Amino acid sequence: MSERHPVSVTVNGERYEREVEPRTLLVHFIREELDLTGTHVGCETSGCGACTVLLDGRAVKSCTMFAVQADGADVTTVEGLAKDGKLHPIQEGFWEEHGLQCGFCTPGMMLASVQLLERNPDPDDEEIRHALEGNLCRCTGYQHIVNAVHYAANEMTAGSGGGS
Amino acid sequence: MATQFFGTRVKRREDPQLIQGTAHYTDDLKYTGLLHAAFVRSPHAHAKINAIDTEQATNAPGVVAVYTGQDLQGHVDPIPTAWLLPDSDLKTPAYPPLAIDKVRYVGEAVAVVIADDRYRAQDAAELVKVDYETLPAVVDQEKALQDDAPAQVHDDAPNNRAYHWQIGGDGIDDAFSQADRTLGFRVINQRLVPNAIEPRGCVAQYNPGNGQLTLRLTSQNPHIHRLLLSGVLGVPEHKLRITTPEIGGGFGSKIAVYPGEAVVAFAAMTLGKPVKWMETRRENFLTNTHGRDHITDVDAAVRDDGKVLGLKVRTYANMGAYLSTAAPGVPTWLYGLMLSGCYDIPAVHGEVFGAFTNTTPTDAYRGAGRPEATYLVERLMDQVAGELDQDPVEVRRTNFIRKDQFPHPVATGVTYDSGDYEGSLAKCLEMLGYEDFRSQQAQARQDGRYLGVGFSTYVEICGLGPSQTVGATGFQGGLWDSSIVRVHPSGTVTAMTGTNPHGQGEETTFAQMLADRFGVGIDDVDIVHGDTDRIPMGMGTYGSRTTAVGGVALYQAAEKIVQKATKLAAHLLEAREEDVQFDSGEFSVQGSPDQSVSFGDVALQAYLAWDLPEGMEPGLEAESFYDPSNFVFPFGAHACVVDVDPETGETTIRRYVAVDDCGHVINPLIVDGQIHGGIAQGVAQALYEFAFYDDNGQLLTASLMDYAVPKSIQMPHFETDQTVTPSPVNPMGVKGVGEAGTIASTAAVVNAVVDALRPMGITHIDMPLTPERVWQAIRAAEGR
Repeated sequence: MSERHPVSVTVNGERYEREVEPRTLLVHFIREELDLTGTHVGCETSGCGACTVLLDGRAVKSCTMFAVQADGADVTTVEGLAKDGKLHPIQEGFWEEHGLQCGFCTPGMMLASVQLLERNPDPDDEEIRHALEGNLCRCTGYQHIVNAVHYAANEMTAGSGGGS
Repeated sequence: MATQFFGTRVKRREDPQLIQGTAHYTDDLKYTGLLHAAFVRSPHAHAKINAIDTEQATNAPGVVAVYTGQDLQGHVDPIPTAWLLPDSDLKTPAYPPLAIDKVRYVGEAVAVVIADDRYRAQDAAELVKVDYETLPAVVDQEKALQDDAPAQVHDDAPNNRAYHWQIGGDGIDDAFSQADRTLGFRVINQRLVPNAIEPRGCVAQYNPGNGQLTLRLTSQNPHIHRLLLSGVLGVPEHKLRITTPEIGGGFGSKIAVYPGEAVVAFAAMTLGKPVKWMETRRENFLTNTHGRDHITDVDAAVRDDGKVLGLKVRTYANMGAYLSTAAPGVPTWLYGLMLSGCYDIPAVHGEVFGAFTNTTPTDAYRGAGRPEATYLVERLMDQVAGELDQDPVEVRRTNFIRKDQFPHPVATGVTYDSGDYEGSLAKCLEMLGYEDFRSQQAQARQDGRYLGVGFSTYVEICGLGPSQTVGATGFQGGLWDSSIVRVHPSGTVTAMTGTNPHGQGEETTFAQMLADRFGVGIDDVDIVHGDTDRIPMGMGTYGSRTTAVGGVALYQAAEKIVQKATKLAAHLLEAREEDVQFDSGEFSVQGSPDQSVSFGDVALQAYLAWDLPEGMEPGLEAESFYDPSNFVFPFGAHACVVDVDPETGETTIRRYVAVDDCGHVINPLIVDGQIHGGIAQGVAQALYEFAFYDDNGQLLTASLMDYAVPKSIQMPHFETDQTVTPSPVNPMGVKGVGEAGTIASTAAVVNAVVDALRPMGITHIDMPLTPERVWQAIRAAEGR
């Protein structure tokens, strides 16, 4: 178990090189090696989605992936959403629409939402609910999360000049 | 008083750190030399422990120590229960922090491994060899209580009986003799797993130099943890500090004192090094307190006009293997007191048999006793309607306590503070368009669709609670709460609350309240909680008590501040105190509005203390311990419309309408959020969730693959509104809203499904109403 493998990843635009045990989960690598604790561990079995990050733009559950599998990848975590001190529209949406209560599922929920909005800039309620079905929230009953994603979609459409 | 913030949709101040990943939950805390704990847990529901071999684990890489129950003896006392029912035969068998000679449920801890790394601790835990001699198990509470029960869980609790408890009973025989008919049925309120998305855990640090133990813990109530753990660990209260980092949801599961935190504290004290433990989801399923698990027989005395004259309830409550912290109070007082619902039922008799079984201990889960009572009473109203072929809405109206009957004592002994049940129902019916619904339903039935509507007109008891009353129920503490409001020389405010919100948003709502009272900016007020070294003794957050008790404590402290500041302002303005008005942050003299001084300036003068009135102490700070004179009783009307597919048994919620009344609303956005989340958990009980044990005591639903925490696609769109009936109990007129949705919604959904299937002659299906269960009920009905 003590053999260590080199891993090189870019997280939130910064490149990191570390040596880890091959069994190290990506979520533990992010949290323990890189000290980015905004990504949470809810179940370690890919059931809850609290650990969702973007890996080369795709939403993945970082508790069900080894760090070595992310070698060479570009990872975005919740800490990388805001740019230049300005919140990402999905962050604004969750704040405006009360899309969170305890906040534990929120980072994963937001990253899954970002993936949705990149694929579908104007989703309807059902599309949002479907896109987020891999992320559990025990607090909100989801409706305010749906509203938050709509808010972000509107902001992003307006921001890209494509809005009406 | 100008109200700039009270009652408005203020965005939460909790959120910026939560949406940017900078908040710190327990697992995010790191310390130099931090060690990690992993527990060895029983795979058997009931077994003797013949021997535990820790040698291989002790010698494994990175392992610092391995402890068993024997090692803890004399150092860590059994985990106590804090609700000792008077006038009952309550048995409180010892709940050892690590099992010693016997295990009594799957997941019970038998040893702990402390290592320098989380993975290595878990590796070594698998090397601990336990020689078990398995015994027969009992999981069903009714079976457990019988003479021929397959197992005896505790030697000192004969017949597995934890207690027999009763409430009410006056006039019950008369009620049944006067009735036109009686109605009897059985309801099962299945076992649930709270499943906060953040698992439980803690970090313990001990300083041998000064004897200070610090426990950073996923707790809804740090002072209750301090008080109880002080006894368990033998660490005096003033040397024990409990802090609660950010908490990722609780729903009752983070109230109790558990073995894990006591064991981890022991390890840190023994090793002189910080130790962290975070449970896995499987551990969360197996060891966090579960909720509900009642089997109940109901008998009602009914008059032919739909009036319920009397109600007899006999409940078998599954307590699990040990009595958790608040467990005995949940299926007794918190349930029994509310058996009358929002109805004027002249006679009510409730009795509860608590049973020990080889299952995870049960305790409070969102609503805690009140959802079980509401489910029973609201099912009763629909059963009466079905029996008499009346409209369930009319049966409710026939039985409602009327608006002019408050304060209203009910047969169980409590007095409801205020209510307008007809008002919330009327609003709900209007939102639903009930006038047209029945004709739509008739049309749908002709088209072969099974469309149904279900109502739940609930009332709940919350704002726990008046200390003398809760003391009389056997709760081993008072349920007042505390506050300190500290105005700084610059006029900004730090306010401390003894409650401990963990997602409910009181950092925002309390700031709204205080900013209004002092006429300062909302960002000039900070709310502090969750640290026994910083805040006065307080009782925490559960039982929808945070605003109705903790908020009022802040209100009272704020009043003391205003009183003192007014006196000082009068002195500074050379006016009589009674001529000084305080509004929007300015003290001014009546009749000469140009003579004024700001709140901030008065604060500064209070601290400079160069010119204070005779006898006034410097400073501007006030403390309050608020003990409510009564509970508060939020209420409302929920309606659910469903379609049931007769081929698959699948239920689809078409509409969900909720009208809730929690008194004055401080922040409508947050109230909506609480209602939504509450409804979701209640709907989930009705349709999806079930903690299922097999006969050997194995929890077959111990993962998120097997236990159906609802997903976004399984939840409907909620249509919410409010009525406002202020509580006369407290000066703010507030009630509580954290549990209302859960208490109301389960019955609304089940009533809707049964209403949909009424043409088939189906009158009841036990929860959860999974497609399979509904399909079975339909097949059985067809076979009749």
